[in-house]
Amino acid sequence: MSDAASKAGRWVDLANPTRFINFAGIVLPWLVGITLLVLAAGLWMSFQAPDDYQQGSTVKIMFIHVPFAWLSMMCYTVMSISAIGTLVWRHPLADVSAKAAAPIGAAFTALALITGSLWGKPMWGTWWVWDARLTSVFVLFLMYLGIIALTRAMDDPAKSSKATAILTLVGFINIPIIKFSVDWWNTLHQPASVIRMGGPTIHPSLLWPLLVMAVGFTLLFFTLHIMAMRNEIWRRRVVAMRRIAARSAERRGVSS
Amino acid sequence: MLALFLRDTRLGLRAGGGVLIGILFFLAVIAVVPFGVGPDLKLLARIGPAMLWIGALLATLLGLDRLFQADRDDGSLDLLIMASDRHMLALTVLVKCLAHWSTCVLPLVIASPLLGLFMNMEPAAIGATTLTLFVGTPAITLIGAVGAAVAVALPRGGLLVSVIILPLTIPVLIFGVSAAYGAVEDPAPFVAPFLILVAITLFFAVIGPLAAAAALKSSAD
Repeated sequence: MSDAASKAGRWVDLANPTRFINFAGIVLPWLVGITLLVLAAGLWMSFQAPDDYQQGSTVKIMFIHVPFAWLSMMCYTVMSISAIGTLVWRHPLADVSAKAAAPIGAAFTALALITGSLWGKPMWGTWWVWDARLTSVFVLFLMYLGIIALTRAMDDPAKSSKATAILTLVGFINIPIIKFSVDWWNTLHQPASVIRMGGPTIHPSLLWPLLVMAVGFTLLFFTLHIMAMRNEIWRRRVVAMRRIAARSAERRGVSS
Repeated sequence: MLALFLRDTRLGLRAGGGVLIGILFFLAVIAVVPFGVGPDLKLLARIGPAMLWIGALLATLLGLDRLFQADRDDGSLDLLIMASDRHMLALTVLVKCLAHWSTCVLPLVIASPLLGLFMNMEPAAIGATTLTLFVGTPAITLIGAVGAAVAVALPRGGLLVSVIILPLTIPVLIFGVSAAYGAVEDPAPFVAPFLILVAITLFFAVIGPLAAAAALKSSAD
């Protein structure tokens, strides 16, 4: 009982931007270290992994393509949860989190598209096909860009946060479409092969590097996200301080 | 609500020829296509339904920023938001969308058979395209209401509305065009994509006004 209360208390504590910055200062060095270790291990395992009997060495593109694609969807989910946080609980850090996550998500989505087309050229014989999975991921990329454009268009964060949150939630419709597009339609993109009923269909020698890379890139995402949130808080403080300085300078000018 | 519908319809028909501009833009897009791809009649007939859909989509997006902007400028939007305890705001938005659709988009749907003749389309293809446009364009307006409401506080939100709405309208375009092709080409089905198109419209008839009402409320205070 008291444990649950203190847990909730800790979450509320994080809502205070100063406490969040302290928390980020403690967590970030560890997170950076673990991320680097896991990514290095993942890279080493990827280079050690045997070539696929059909795809040859291009299968190794999958070790970065799949984590990027997963993260592009996870980042949007994080943004949607933040959007709910903004609209329902009015959590003061939720819109900071959503704003910070959007460019990272856009970058991961772009990387997923680029690595996918690099893999598609030797395997499918084309850089790009308009099948359901690729198209829906491309739509996701466009939505990230739209959300970024909207947040940057308004200079008052209090106003832009709600508008962005609503747009993010409406756009969340796309995420299940991306996830199930390979099952609903006949696509060139292969169906899910790692997380499925009856266990993964990938050989363990290829599965383990993939999982380690996925964990590594997820950690990388959280590192970047916390850094970007800290930057955003600092940026808002600088703006607020400048305003206060300008106002006090004005007052001094009047009194003298 | 009926009074609001009539008022918006009258304003839409009167205000500076917004309807005419939409139709002219639609006409211009369709007229530019033969210059772009060459006057090959067979090719034009094949890409006709897709071109009509793209033209209608662009022309609809063009008019979307007027959905709330004029009402915000003269202050009646604030009155509508303040009256939200008597009339649910989402319902008000839905009525405004319907009025906007019937003044700005319905003329495009009516004009599309004529433009279909330019594209050398068969009568069946023209009929199917007009029908899918009639069913699918309300979804575009309803999605657009979200964008227009989100960007209503911006001084120059018109282009931004199109940019943030375009990705969400892609499913409408996909199923609209595939239904239109399904009516002409034999192996492709017509009923399935058409029903999905209807489902998208009904789905956004719920989601769109609710989200737009929430955005309007947050922009007002």
